[in-house]
Amino acid sequence: MGDPHIGFIIAAYAVAAATIAAMIAWVVLDSRRLTAELNRATRALDGARGEIGAERR
Amino acid sequence: MVNLANPTAFVELSRRVLPWLAAATAALFVAGLWLSFAAPPDYQQGETVKIMYLHVPAAWMATFVYAVMTGAALGTLVWRHPLADAAQKAAAPLGAGFTFICLATGSLWGKPMWGTYWVWDARLTSVLVLFILYLGIIALWRAIDDPGRAAKAAAILTLVGAVDLPIIKFSVDWWNTLHQPASVLRLGGPTIAPELLWPLIVMALAFTCLFLTLHLMAIRNEILRRRIARVTMLAAVEGDRLAPRLATGGA
Repeated sequence: MGDPHIGFIIAAYAVAAATIAAMIAWVVLDSRRLTAELNRATRALDGARGEIGAERR
Repeated sequence: MVNLANPTAFVELSRRVLPWLAAATAALFVAGLWLSFAAPPDYQQGETVKIMYLHVPAAWMATFVYAVMTGAALGTLVWRHPLADAAQKAAAPLGAGFTFICLATGSLWGKPMWGTYWVWDARLTSVLVLFILYLGIIALWRAIDDPGRAAKAAAILTLVGAVDLPIIKFSVDWWNTLHQPASVLRLGGPTIAPELLWPLIVMALAFTCLFLTLHLMAIRNEILRRRIARVTMLAAVEGDRLAPRLATGGA
């Protein structure tokens, strides 16, 4: 493409690609963080219930 | 019929649908970009018309996502659907992203075509207002700790802001604007040549599938956030029950 406005075209595609990548990263990283946090919280709950069960026995 | 009001059923359904949606998104982007770069230059804009293949779908998604949020806001306030507030909260950052792409690519198209990056005409200004609305809704969600109150406040703001949607659509008809009038979604049919229209349609489908994929994933994240809050609260309650017993047993 020997268009005189090639710089504007490249900049537009770069901005769109960066924004879409940021949206994908936000959703995927949030999902990973939340899954790890849920696993931690579930382990803490199981631990508390286990201690109560042991205390009852 | 799957009961989508049940978060567990929703998570299960989305788990099955998401790989297909993600694959369709990737395939549509590959096809759309290939068609866009193979399309002939416009007789007036030259190759700069290629910016249109990003700008127009992003503009459509900017308003479509807000329409989805408006429906979700009604679901929160009127029908009290259990997933409506999650859908509304999950959509706001995505809508802001699409609106940002629309504004940035429009600006980069405007400089070579109009001679300026920005003019305060009705279309551009109403889309900027939409972007600010998205940011306001995101900020509102973060500002209120109680999720129920935050959902109601965000739903009301979303419904008030919905007045911007017809203004965006009809701004080019109601006022004299530098922005051109509708050339695809109009009563008399598209005025664009088919060689330029097809890449635009495929890119619009790609943007739509991208939104659906990310929206489903973001709603699942909101459901995870609720589960974490519930499990953490239960763990704290169990801990409180255990503490006095341990203290008595240790005495």
